[in-house]
Parts: sequence; structure tokens; C-alpha cells
Amino acid sequence: MNAPLIGARIQRKEDYRFLTGAGQFTDDVALPGQTHAAFLRSPHAHAKIASLSIEKARQAPGVLAVYTGADLAAAKVGGLPCGWLITDVNGQPMKEPPFPALAQDKVRYVGERIAVVIADTAAQARDAAELIDVDYEVLPAVTEASRARGAAAIHDLAPDNTCYVWALGDKAATDAAFAKAAHVTRLDFVNNRLVPNAIEPRAANATYSRAEGSYTLYVSNQNPHVERLLMTAFVLGLPENKVRVVAPDVGGGFGSKIYLYPEDVVVTWASKQLNRAVKWTSDRTEAFVSDAHGRDHVTTAELALDKNGKFLALRVKTTANLGAYLSTFASCIPTILYATLLAGQYTTPVIYCEVTAVFTNTTPVDAYRGAGRPEATYVVERLVETAAREMKIDPVEIRRRNFIKSFPYQTPVALCYDTGNYEATLGAALDMADVGGFQKRKDESLRRGKLRGIGYACYIEACGIAPSNVAGSLGARAGLFEAGEIRVHPTGTVTVFTGSHQHGQGHETTFAQVVADRLGLAIEAVDIVHGDTSKVLFGMGTYGSRSIAVGGTAIVKALDKIVAKGKKIAAHLMEAAEGDIEYDRGVFKVAGTDKQKMFGEVAFAAYVPHNYPLDKLEPGLNENAFYDPTNFTFPAGTYVCEVEVDRDTGTTEVVAFTAVDDFGKVINPMIVEGQVHGGLTQGIGQALTEGCRYDEQGQLLSGSFNDYCIPRATDVPNFKLDTRETPCTHNPLGVKGCGEAGAIGAPAAVMNAITDALGVKDMPMPATAHAVWRSLQKKAA
Amino acid sequence: MSVKVSMKVNGKPAAADVEARTLLVGFIRENLRLTGTHVGCDTAQCGACTVLMNGKAIKSCSIVAMQAEGADIMTIEGVAKPDGTLHPMQQAFKENHGLQCGFCTPGMVMNALDFAKSHPNPSEKEVRESLEGNLCRCTGYHNIVKSIMAGARAMGGKI
Repeated sequence: MNAPLIGARIQRKEDYRFLTGAGQFTDDVALPGQTHAAFLRSPHAHAKIASLSIEKARQAPGVLAVYTGADLAAAKVGGLPCGWLITDVNGQPMKEPPFPALAQDKVRYVGERIAVVIADTAAQARDAAELIDVDYEVLPAVTEASRARGAAAIHDLAPDNTCYVWALGDKAATDAAFAKAAHVTRLDFVNNRLVPNAIEPRAANATYSRAEGSYTLYVSNQNPHVERLLMTAFVLGLPENKVRVVAPDVGGGFGSKIYLYPEDVVVTWASKQLNRAVKWTSDRTEAFVSDAHGRDHVTTAELALDKNGKFLALRVKTTANLGAYLSTFASCIPTILYATLLAGQYTTPVIYCEVTAVFTNTTPVDAYRGAGRPEATYVVERLVETAAREMKIDPVEIRRRNFIKSFPYQTPVALCYDTGNYEATLGAALDMADVGGFQKRKDESLRRGKLRGIGYACYIEACGIAPSNVAGSLGARAGLFEAGEIRVHPTGTVTVFTGSHQHGQGHETTFAQVVADRLGLAIEAVDIVHGDTSKVLFGMGTYGSRSIAVGGTAIVKALDKIVAKGKKIAAHLMEAAEGDIEYDRGVFKVAGTDKQKMFGEVAFAAYVPHNYPLDKLEPGLNENAFYDPTNFTFPAGTYVCEVEVDRDTGTTEVVAFTAVDDFGKVINPMIVEGQVHGGLTQGIGQALTEGCRYDEQGQLLSGSFNDYCIPRATDVPNFKLDTRETPCTHNPLGVKGCGEAGAIGAPAAVMNAITDALGVKDMPMPATAHAVWRSLQKKAA
Repeated sequence: MSVKVSMKVNGKPAAADVEARTLLVGFIRENLRLTGTHVGCDTAQCGACTVLMNGKAIKSCSIVAMQAEGADIMTIEGVAKPDGTLHPMQQAFKENHGLQCGFCTPGMVMNALDFAKSHPNPSEKEVRESLEGNLCRCTGYHNIVKSIMAGARAMGGKI
């Protein structure tokens, strides 16, 4: 029997191809008869298209076709659907204005697609797109959520630019608790708009086979089956069996590649019109305006406390910017994935949250790493820290006084936490961060002219999305289960097919560890296949830190079936009763004897069934399973951040960052640490360097890596990490998920540290050197 | 306007007729079909397109192919040994989990090879500064830094 693989730091199976340049990303795929598409995009945030002339472009060298919104309308190509229906406070459905793949008569944000040019080369397509003449009647634009209502109507369907007003919690009880509070802490803040910026830009390459009447779409996407379902059923009206979607190697997603995008629809439709393969690859400039953005909340948050610092109630009012159109999951992010997390790690008895979601003349906003949960954590953890300072209670102590200590715990905002131990992660983080030595370090920093601050964040997230019936009752228009298949080959090696999709998470290793461990195989004997609708039976894909908790459990369920069938075969081979067969990691034993059969022998018997109970059992060893979770999972942890601020320049350096997470059972600690490093860095980016800026006309000012600063290697420290384990109670692996935690907890920890260093109540993100310097000047004045 | 370019790529002669405006990265990816060199931005910020030109790390999106006429180019496909054994720097990335999605990785490795020639035993600070021109969105750099420190030590100043 091999050494246990669960919990082992196994080096990744996928690394070799990436390290040798053999990865196959969508833009690397070149198909026979390949053509190239370029999109003409709106230069205006809000305008009527008075006239559109494509003749010159059509005549340009190498051009095969030019299509506009009129062509798609004539072909009855539908608008892009939204996957989640929110019902407003009056019981009415949210406003769902049409989202055409190519603009119809009007453009509503800079970067919206107006026409596509398809040519022999990408350069020819781009050159020709510049020859399209458009006359615009420019309309007034609005970019800020707080000014959307009352601005010029963006959609006829929503004259006040409001998609919905939604609420969760008991308003009357919350207001009553505030009336009795000894202290109320209030903060008004903006959760800054972010651009996900996976380093691989989006790409789509579609081809059509007249012989088969079928399409194949290669696309940089996190959930190929969902992409296919949305595109065939809602937009193109194609039979699902005639469309294959392949999401090959994908260079990062962070949410931005969950969605069905207009470009995917257009190249797929065009491939049939031209009977040629049509490829579009985004450049970074296009990515900045056309990839769905994240966050962008304006919030007023209040925490009511008694005289001992016990939380009595939380009241939150948020305006969420959805951008110009509803992206695939836009509507559920500032509602279902936000307000439900406002209990945090605390026993706050009553909570009320009201969310107004508005349309603006900006790029659509949807899930970005954490998706609603970073915004919720920011609300809770900034409030808690501020309340502690105002009431002169130690920020650690105030958290301890309010921690949830017994489980399961039903929050006042719909979720039921199955398990957790918040004191364990807090205690470990305090030790690792040497919080006791902070004052000495602060004094030392001051001697060098630097202001040192410390900040905490005790975050919780809901992952493993989701029980389909719960999601459905909340408005989801799809199931949220996962599927997996175990195909055992006659010689005992295994191919696993999973509906999860990896775009950096290392599933090919982690999932192989789970399977190899259970079957007693070497990890090399197990391969993971994902990302191809023609190979994988079905899948809901990867987002919301769900892969191991939902996708991994589907694989375990399939393994259970393999083992169950294997027991029957082994019983036959050893002439024993099935009930007497014991199984442990690749060995079938007859209980109480020394008789045993190895997994490989049983697999061989299943495929060469000479001595086999053919009257009772089918040959072969191949099982699949669908798993629909019974609850969310609830990863949680404590982050401690220390910063040093340069008083002269305002430059903030994160000098220490400690993260102790409880992800439940950890399969591969090396991979989990990597996920946390990446999440923390994106969270630090939100706090210190990243922020979208539009001007008043709706032009994106932060539209390149020159103006929008994702963190560089010198912007982040070496991280100190550890984990504590309270296994999830409702999945067999005891896992919770780890992909988003860092991005959820880090912004609050960093901002708590900066405000501590500066001695100010609040400051907006990103806390750039200029913003910090101004805050210092204001304080001095 | 079409021009003929010829150079040595990964030790082998490579030539093609290309448009004058063809970038070196375009020549490498489209003409030679060496797709390990990636394009992640259009402002020379991300470094995913980094290759070695006459032994020096350059961004292949920032010069046209003609400027590399006669040059000796090494791309990520030319780094491992002919039998497929990983180069010590590649091995260090694997051992230290220095990559996740793998898209920025070729550029990281190529930049690290040049850096490590002159820094056989670099400090963490030196490594972080060497990554000024290479963006990664997955790893938070933590393990890339570890990888390059280990890889540089294993290389001993020689590619």
C-alpha cells in the first residue's frame, strides 16, 4: 500500500507542460482555415447610433465579412441572459433589459461592441474595423452608483436606472435594537471597482462542420457546460448536442471567465455563416473595458453595541453598481453572496441590509474573486475595528466577546454555519504575528520616521455553492451541483472526468491525490480530464471556491460506487460473501482471513470477465456521480497585517502579513498555500494599488497596466501562513474550499492597519501614496 | 510590405516572409508556432512574452521581428534538455510551486535565467526587484521568489 496522499505536498502534475511552453491556451489553438475577428467598440459611454456604414471595411484587404447588430437581429440571435432572478422588496422581478451581443441602435458603455470584422489575418481585421463609419448622437452619461437614479435613462425598461431594491433581515427589530444601543459606530465607504486582469486575456475560437451540423468553440472560460447551456438555449437557439465547448488551459479566471460574453456568441454564430474557423483574442486594452469588473459598492454601515462592546444589531445600506447591462451572475453578487455574510464570525442577533442595484454607463460588473463576500467582510471588519477604537476596547478582545462559539449556528441572515472554531484561528494568528511585540516594533519604526500600524480581519465566507433547491428558491436559474466520472482501465490505471475546471488551482494534482489515495494507486496512475463538453459528462464549473467541496465530492461519490462494485467482484473472485469484504485503499480483504485481492486484479477481472458473476453484474468498471451539496461550506480565519507608512511620501509598505485559515481538511498544503498567497495579493491590491477610475463622460481612465496597478513583486511581503482544521460536517472529505479567502479577508486587515498607523477613522481604498499623504496633511492641518 | 527575416531560434535556423510591422512575438507564435511565449498586455508591462535575445532577456512584444535579424533567440521551448529533462530553473519552479495557471510562467523563467547569470545567490529583495517587468496574478509572487532563489543557486551563474 502506498503512503497516504491526502494532506501530502505533492508536486503538481500539470507543471511540466507549463514550464516547457507546451500549455495549450485558447489563442494557441490554430484551426484549419483559421480566420480572425476584430470588434469595433463604442468610444462613447452613452450614445445613439445615428448611422453605421460598413462598406469601406467590407472592401478592405483580406476581409471576409462585417456583421452588425442588425445582422444578429435579422438572424434572431437573442440577448445574453442573466442567470439569477432577484425579486425586489415589493415582490416584483428585477428589471432585465436586453443585452444584445452587438449594439442595437444605442451604445451604453465605452467598449460595447458595435460590429465585428472577420478577415484572413488579425491585423487585417483590425485595420478594417477602423474603416467603419459611425455617427453618434452622444447622450449624457452616468458612471457613479450614487448618481445613477435621476440620471439620463440607460434602458427604457428601467427609467430610474434601478434594477432592483432588495432587502434581507428584520428591519423593525434592527431599528429597535439601535434605539437601545449604548454606542453606535457608523462608516460610509466605497468598495472600489476592480478589474480582474487574469494575465491570459479572453479568447474564443469557433468552427463549424457542415458535415456534422455541429459547432466547436474553444474559449477561455471557467465553466464550459454552463457556457454551452446559456449560449445554445438562450442566445443562439441551437441544439445542445450540436455544440462542443472546450475550455483548454486557461490562464487565470478570478470570476471574469465565468460568464457568457458577446464575443463568444458572435464568433460561434459567424463560424457557420462563413463555414470557417473564427478566432478572436482580446488585447489588454479591450480586456479593461470588456471583461466584467468587480465590487463597486457605496455603503453606509452602522453597528449598535451595548456598553460592554457586545454587538446588538447591524444596519447596512448599499448601492451596487451593475454597469450598463446585467452580466451572467451580476444580480446575485450584491445580494445573495453579500448580505448573507454580514453576520461574520459574530453573534449579532439582528441584521438588516438593503441593496439598491443600479445601471450606469460603465462596463458590466459581476463576480470577482470573493464576489460579495469581500464586500461583506469589509463592512463587518472595518466596523468592528472602528467600534473597538471608539469604545477603547482592544480590537482582539471585542471580537472575542462576540464570537460564535457553538455550532451549528443559525445567523439572522439566512445561513446556518455547520462548524468552526474562530478562537483557534485567532489565537494562532496572534502568536504567529507576535502581536505582543508590536509596540516595540512600532517604536522602532518611529525612530526611522515611519508610522507603523496593525490591523485584523476575522473573515467568514460561504463556499461550496450551492444546494440547488436553496439557490433555486433564491432566484438561481440553474442547478449548482457537480458531476464526476471515474473510468478504470483494464490494467488498473484511472482517468477521472470532472465538471470542475482548473485555471491555476491545480485540480489535476489535488483531485488525483483524492482518487489515488482511495484506490491505493500511485498518483501517476490517475489522470484528471476537464474542460471539454464532449469528454466530461456535465459540469457547473469552478467559481466560489467550490471545486473540492462540490466537484471533489462528486468524484468521491463515484469512487464509492467503484468500491461497491469492486467488493462484489472481489467477493466472487475470493468465493466469499459480499458482506465479508473489507476495503482499504486498494485492497479488498475477506474479513478475518488473509485472503485479499488488489484493486488492479479486480479491475482486470471486470474487463476480462472469464471468472465473473455475469448473471448478476455488468462487466466493466466505470461509474459517475452527481453531487448536490446540502449546505454551503464556511471557511473562516484571522488575518493580521502590519504596515509601515512613510510620513514624507505617504508610501505604505505591508511589512508583515499573517494568515491563519480554517479550510477544513487540506488535501495538498502546498497548493492551498499558493491559493492563499494569490488571494492575499489581490486583496492587498484592492487596498493599496487597484481602483477603476472613469471620467465624467464615462471614459475609463485606468485602462491599462500603466494606470491600473495590479501588485508587483515589490508590493507584497513574504506571507506567514498556517491552517487550523474543523472538518466540514456535510461532505465526505471534510473540505471547505480555499480559493477566495485571501481576497476576502485582506482588504479589511490592510485598511485597519493603515487607519491604525495614521490614527484616522477611515480612508478610501485604494490607499495610494497620494491618498495617504493627503490624509496625513489633512490631519496635520 | 513583406520582408524576409531570418534568425536562430532555440539553436535552429528560422526564416519567414512577414509584414514589416510583425512583432518578434508574432513571428515566434504565428510563423514558428512556438506558442509557449505569451502575450498578456499591449503596453510592455506584463513580461509574458519574455525571450532571450543573444542571451539577454527582452520583451518580444516590444521589437519588430526585423530587429532580431541574425540574432540568437531562446524561447521557453528551448530551455529544457533535448531529452526533456527540466533545466534547474524550471525544476525550481516546479519544486517550489512557483506557477499556478502557467500563463506568465514562460516569461518568468526566461527573465529569471538572465537574472541568475549575474546573481548566483540572490537575496529575496534582489529577486523581487528583478521581477519589476513581470506580472503574475495567481501566485502573489511568494513562491516565484522562492523558485528563482533556488533556481539561481542551482545554476551557479551559468545558463
